[in-house]
Amino acid sequence: MSHHDTGDESCLLEVRGLTKMFGELRANDGIDLEIRSSEIHALLGENGAGKSTLVKMLFGSLEPTAGQIFWKGKSVQITSPGQARALGIGMVFQHFSLFEALTVAENIALSMDQDVTIEGISERAAVLSHEYGLPLDPNAHVADLSVGERQRIEIVRTLLQNPELIILDEPTSVLTPQEADKLFETLEKIRSEGRSVLYISHRLEEVQRICDRATVLRHGKLTGDCDPRAETPASLARMMVGSDVKSVSNTGGKIGEKILLEANDLSAPARTPFAVALENINLSVRQGEIIGIAGVAGNGQSELFDVLSGEERIARDDGVKINGTPVGRMGISARRLLGAGFVPEERHGHAAVSEMTLSDNMVLARHRSDASAFLSGGPLKVIRHGAVLQASKRIIEEMDVRKSGEDPEASSLSGGNLQKFIVGRELDRQPTVLVVNQPTWGVDAGAASRIRQALIDLAEQGSAVVVISQDLDEIFEVATSIAVINEGALSAAEPATDMTLERIGLLMGGIHGEEPAREEAHAH
Amino acid sequence: MRIELERRPAHSALFSALSPFIALGLTVIAGAIIFTIMGKNPVAALYSFFIEPLTEVWSLHELAIKAAPLILIAVGLSVCFRSNNWNIGAEGQFVIGAISGSIIPIVFYEWHSVLVLPLMIVMGMAGGALYAAIPALLKTRFNTNEILSSLMLVYVAQLFLDWLVRGPWRNPEGFNFPETRDFNASAILPEILPASGRANFGFVFAIIATLLTWFMMRHMLKGFEVSVLGQSARAGRFAGFSANRMVFFAFLFSGALAGLAGISEVSGAINELQPVISPGYGFTAIIVAFLGRLNPLGIFAAGLILALTYLGGEAAQISIGLPDKIARVFQGMLLFFVLACDTLIHYRVRIKSAVHANAAGEGA
Repeated sequence: MSHHDTGDESCLLEVRGLTKMFGELRANDGIDLEIRSSEIHALLGENGAGKSTLVKMLFGSLEPTAGQIFWKGKSVQITSPGQARALGIGMVFQHFSLFEALTVAENIALSMDQDVTIEGISERAAVLSHEYGLPLDPNAHVADLSVGERQRIEIVRTLLQNPELIILDEPTSVLTPQEADKLFETLEKIRSEGRSVLYISHRLEEVQRICDRATVLRHGKLTGDCDPRAETPASLARMMVGSDVKSVSNTGGKIGEKILLEANDLSAPARTPFAVALENINLSVRQGEIIGIAGVAGNGQSELFDVLSGEERIARDDGVKINGTPVGRMGISARRLLGAGFVPEERHGHAAVSEMTLSDNMVLARHRSDASAFLSGGPLKVIRHGAVLQASKRIIEEMDVRKSGEDPEASSLSGGNLQKFIVGRELDRQPTVLVVNQPTWGVDAGAASRIRQALIDLAEQGSAVVVISQDLDEIFEVATSIAVINEGALSAAEPATDMTLERIGLLMGGIHGEEPAREEAHAH
Repeated sequence: MRIELERRPAHSALFSALSPFIALGLTVIAGAIIFTIMGKNPVAALYSFFIEPLTEVWSLHELAIKAAPLILIAVGLSVCFRSNNWNIGAEGQFVIGAISGSIIPIVFYEWHSVLVLPLMIVMGMAGGALYAAIPALLKTRFNTNEILSSLMLVYVAQLFLDWLVRGPWRNPEGFNFPETRDFNASAILPEILPASGRANFGFVFAIIATLLTWFMMRHMLKGFEVSVLGQSARAGRFAGFSANRMVFFAFLFSGALAGLAGISEVSGAINELQPVISPGYGFTAIIVAFLGRLNPLGIFAAGLILALTYLGGEAAQISIGLPDKIARVFQGMLLFFVLACDTLIHYRVRIKSAVHANAAGEGA
C-alpha cells in the first residue's frame, strides 16, 4: 500500500482518484492525471465535463472531496491559490482580471505577493516579454490593449512567479489565428526550459498541434489518456462526447424578399473613453438569411449589439428597423414585442444574473414578450412561478441543458450549458429576428454544434439572423452572407460562398476594396 | 505581518441562516462582559435588560411603539439596499415626514374632521418621499454619491425641525417652551387596545407594510426588477429595466415609509412636535434591515429585538443605574457582530508573516 502514500517522482504533478462532489453531483469522479516535466499536457472535455473543477482543485480554489495530489512525488494539500503559487503552480484564467484604467506594470504589481516598485516590475516584465516573444509595453494602459495583449499580461504575470507548471484555461478562445500562433511559440519556449503546461481546450486541431499528451474527461470521469498526435480528430472527439460530433448541416434555405432587420447609416458616439464609436453602419437582413459579422475583438461588436438590441437607444428612429418598423428610439422590451430576440456575449451579469435560478432568468428576458403567460394580477404583475418553471423546463429539455437540481442557480451551470439555456430561451419564442453576439464563446464542441444548428434551423424557418463572432470557422459554418467590422465600421455583406479567409483578413485589417481607389481620386 | 481576508471556496448555507442568531448570542456574551467590568452582576443586568421588559403587558405595548418605526423604516430600506441604492438618510426622511404630516394639526389646528388623520398620513408619506427624492435626483443627474448626500440631508432636516419648533411653529400658549401646539383629538392616531397599554396603529401599519413588501419582493415583477438591478445593472438593462427609474423608485419607496413612521410617531406617541422626535430610529433601522437579512419577515423580528434594546436601556437606567447610552452600545455591538459573522462566513482570515511572504517571493 506504500504506493498510495508517495507519488511517482519522475512526475511533476500526479493526481490519484481525485473526486469532487457538489451535493449529489459528482463533478469529478476518481480522476487520475500525470504531468511530467517539460511537457505540454492537454486537458480535453466538453463544457460541464469537469475540467474547471479539476483545475480549481489543482490551483487551491476548491477543496477535493477525496483523492490525493502529489507534487514532485510528495503528497500535498493545496488549500489556497497562494499556496499553489508558492509550490510553483501558476494559472492564466479564461476571464482576465485586469484593471482597465491602470497600466500593464501597475496591473502586474497588484498581483505580486511582495512589495516591489513599479519601475522594478516594468524592467522585469520587459525582459520577460522579450525573452518569451510576448511583445508588451509596460507603460501602456490596459484599456488600449487588444484581448491578445491582455492575455500576454496575464501570462507575463504568471511567469514572473517563476512557476514550474502553468495552467492555461482556453487560451485561444479569444485570439486571432495570428495571435494564437504567437502563443504557441511562447508555449514551446516555456517547455524548452523544462517547465510544464496544462493546456485546457476543446479545439482538437490545436491540441494535436502542440500537446505531448492529452487527458480527456467526460461527465466528470476520465475517458482517455493518450498521445494526441497518434489520434485523429474524430477519435479525440469520440472520447470527449462519447459519440461522433454531429456536424452542422447547412442546406441553405430559401432567402425571402422581405427585409426583417435593417440598419441605415447608423452612427453612435463612443459612450466611454474605452468604447468604440459606430460609423455609418448599413445592414439589411432578409428572411432566411444569416449574416455573419466577423472581426477582431474590440472593434465595435458589443456596441453594435447594444444599438441593435435597444440597450442603447439612438437619436434617429429610422437608424434601426425591425420588420419595417423604425425602432431607433425604442428600448429592448419594445423591440422584443416586435418579434426580435437577443443573445449578448457575456453570459454572467448580462444575459443572465448568476445568483438567480434558471426560471428567474427566464423572467429576465421574457417578462414583456410573454407577459400573458408569465404574469397575472393585472397592474400588480404577479409572477406565475409555475408557468415560468414549466417554460424553463421545456427549454432545458429542448436544448439538452445539463444541470444539478430542479431549478439551479445560473452560476452552477457550466458555460456551455448556460449558453444553451440562454440561446434556447430566445429560440423558444420563435423570434423573427435574432441577434447573437459570440454564440459559442468558450463553449465545447458538442454544445457549439447544437447552438449553430439551432441558428440555421431558425433561419430556414424564415427568420433573419445576425451572428457576431470572432470565430471564422463558425461564421463560415452558419452564415449565408459575411460582413466584417473594423474600428466601428462595417464592410458591405458579401455572399459566404464568394468570401475567402484572405479577403476577411484584409477587411479585418481595415482594407476595404474600394477605399484605395477613392483615396487616389482625392489625391488628384 | 499582514492580515488577509481570503474568499472561501464555498460558504455554508447553515451558517448563513444561523448568522443573525450567532451575532445575537455574541452580543449577549459581550454585554455580560461589559456589565461585569462595570461591577454589575451580569445575570441580573442581562435579565433586566432583555427579559424584564417582556414580562408585563404594558411594556409589551411600549415594545410595539418602539418597534413600529424601526420596522416601517427598515422594510423600506431593505428594498432600497436590495436594489443597490444606499439610502442612509432615513432619519431625515422620518423628520420631514413628521413635519409635513403635522402641517394640518399645527397650522389648521382648529379643523376637526375624520379626514384630518388620513390627510396627515398621506402628507407625511409624501413629505418623506419627496425629501428622499433629493439624493435620487442628485444621483441620477450628477452621479453624486447617495450615501453622502442622503446622510448630510439628515442634519438639514433636524436643524429645520429645531428652527420650526423654536420659531414659527412654537406654541403661542406654551410659555416659550420649544414645542408646537398639542394635536387635537382628530389628529391623534388611535391606540389599538387602550385598555391594556399605549400601543397605537403605527404598529398595524408596520405589519401591513411588512406583508405588502414581502409580497412585492417575493411575487411581483417589481420585486424581481429590484433584485435584478441590485445584482447586475447590465442584466437589468438587458431585461429592459431602467436603472435610473429604479433609483427613484427605491428612494421614494423608502422615503415614504420613513415619512409614515415619522408622522405615526408624532401623531401616535408624542402628539406634538419637539426639537428632537427620534432617538435615532432612522439609523437603528439600518441595523434592523441587515439583521433581518433584508427580508421583510426577518426585519419584523429584528425590529422587535432592536426595540428591546431601547426598552432595555431605559430599564438598565432605572433598575441597575447605568446610563441609557448602554442601548446604543448594544445596538453597535449587534451590527458589528452581524457584519463580522457575514464576513467570516464568506472569507477566512489569514495571518501572513513578513518573513513568510518574502520567502515565498524569493522561492518564486
